[in-house]
Amino acid sequence: MAETVIEVRGLRTQFGPHVVHDGLDLDVRRGEILGVVGGSGTGKSVLLRAITGLVTPAAGRVRMLGTDMQDAREAELDALAARIGVMFQDGALFSSLTVRENVETPLTTLSHLDAETRESLARLKISLAGLPWSAGDKYPSELSGGMRKRAGLARALALDPEIVFLDEPTAGLDPIGAADFDELIRGLSTALGLTVFLVTHDLDTLYATCDRIAVLAEKRVLVTGTLDDMLEVDHPWVRAYFQGPRARAARGEEIATPPADA
Amino acid sequence: MDGNDAGEAGGLRLAAEGAETRALLTGALGLADLPDLQARLARIEGPVTFDLSGARRIDTAVAWALLTARDRLAAGGTRAEIAGATGDVAAILETVRAALPEPEPQPGPPRGLRVQIERLGAHVAGGWEGFLSFLGLLGLFVARLFGALLRPREFRLTALAHHCQAVGLQAVPIVALMSFLIGVVLAFQGSAQLRQFGAEVFVVDLIAISILRELGILLTAIIVAGRTASAFTAAIGSMKMREEIDAMRTLGIDPGHALIVPRVLALVLMLPILGLLANVAGLFGGALMSWIELGISPAMFMTRLSEGTDLNHAAVGLVKAPVFAVLIGVIGCRAGLQVGSTAESLGRMTSAAVVAAIFAVILADALFSIFFQQIGV
Repeated sequence: MAETVIEVRGLRTQFGPHVVHDGLDLDVRRGEILGVVGGSGTGKSVLLRAITGLVTPAAGRVRMLGTDMQDAREAELDALAARIGVMFQDGALFSSLTVRENVETPLTTLSHLDAETRESLARLKISLAGLPWSAGDKYPSELSGGMRKRAGLARALALDPEIVFLDEPTAGLDPIGAADFDELIRGLSTALGLTVFLVTHDLDTLYATCDRIAVLAEKRVLVTGTLDDMLEVDHPWVRAYFQGPRARAARGEEIATPPADA
Repeated sequence: MDGNDAGEAGGLRLAAEGAETRALLTGALGLADLPDLQARLARIEGPVTFDLSGARRIDTAVAWALLTARDRLAAGGTRAEIAGATGDVAAILETVRAALPEPEPQPGPPRGLRVQIERLGAHVAGGWEGFLSFLGLLGLFVARLFGALLRPREFRLTALAHHCQAVGLQAVPIVALMSFLIGVVLAFQGSAQLRQFGAEVFVVDLIAISILRELGILLTAIIVAGRTASAFTAAIGSMKMREEIDAMRTLGIDPGHALIVPRVLALVLMLPILGLLANVAGLFGGALMSWIELGISPAMFMTRLSEGTDLNHAAVGLVKAPVFAVLIGVIGCRAGLQVGSTAESLGRMTSAAVVAAIFAVILADALFSIFFQQIGV
């Protein structure tokens, strides 16, 4: 079994009296694509933020790439930041910079690269994310939603991270764009040996990309396993999610009774 | 398993085999090794083989450096090849090779006299259109205001009260303080000049006329323009950004009624009151300084004020207030409605609103001065 790169133990996050996670355990292994699913408000994005250190947990331990996030000194956290990449839901691109400058931003923190190399590397990452050359000179507001997500991915990949966190990468994309994006994630993960932590609602993405799935419910990770394992789980939400009509469609099974006028 | 540990850092070894160079890459190479690697790759001349059989792990930056070095040599007609890559290293190399971006020639920004003239023309036309849209919104405000008079139930009294508090009550401290200080400065400077002629007592007229006619209301309007026009633009602009204004329209709520009338009307009601407060505070500051500096007692100041200063002066000042209020309010709301979908446009329109509002207030004040001069008030 591959080495564990993210280890979450007994995580508890809360905002005031509102407890989001309580006693949450999760392992992410090197090189896998882990899909995190759960109903709205179960704290999928909060979990992503807690692991990446954007939200401070009330209790529990997060260990990423051998660093304990709670006890780490600032220098260790900085070093860790260069080894992970985060793509936020709408790209979270800096609106006053062009796409190329956005992708260059993480590279400028490494002062030993000259401007020309930085630009070339940024262009390469933009191309890896599947955007044309001309997109690099545009501002985020001039791009479509799908292109902004790709630009966000290019920025997340700028430092060749080992782990990439993706927050709802296919939300708001048309089915064709979403399928392309799934393929891109799968392809990059294989080619670059990336570990991917993927928060999603999209069943097609789960089927197309994920090696393993973690289901968030009742303030913890209810179950982890492959898609086939999910069909065995006896929990109302998991059953509704993985055996509902949309799930069957995504799995490619025929829906039992197709509506007459469909 | 972990390739990023510093202990097993990779490297590049160059070995000459006759005329040919053999470049051996070993260990794990990453972005941190790039500058050194690039510098050494750039020095390689002649036929070369990049041997990756010893490389355990490379990243896209290193792959990119190797591929560009190979392309550079190949473009010069020299033989250069990459050999020995296996497994992950080969996969990364292939991915990067497939993704190497092709530069697309971008049309440079157009230059020349023609472009300059076009730009000037666009500015002039834009300015005129801006003025027209200002008039349009002014018309909308007046129309909705009269509409509210005809159908008082549509009028939003709560919103009006809220805005009166925000633009009026909360501006009182800063307006009063500013005006008090202006009164102090006028008395101080005026007394120094008038003392040369032995005409110290005229400092009362100086303070009273300048504050009541001009400075009180003008400075109040400028402060309110900075404080309130920007607030209007930011509030309406962020609603525009989040499509709240479109939502209002689809729900049959008129943005003119809901957003513009309460804001502009609140300014029209509050600015004269703020102006009056500014007058009082300015006279108080002037009287205080005259007493300290020239020994003009408050009682004497009052007598001199009521004898020497016509009530017209105060009326001339305050009559300008509603006009300034409409200018500031409409300019602030108009800028808010022109905010686009980005955070940057919100910032740009906010500062544009403040500049335009202050300019409009000063321009209107100049026109008022000429007008009052002509009718002899």
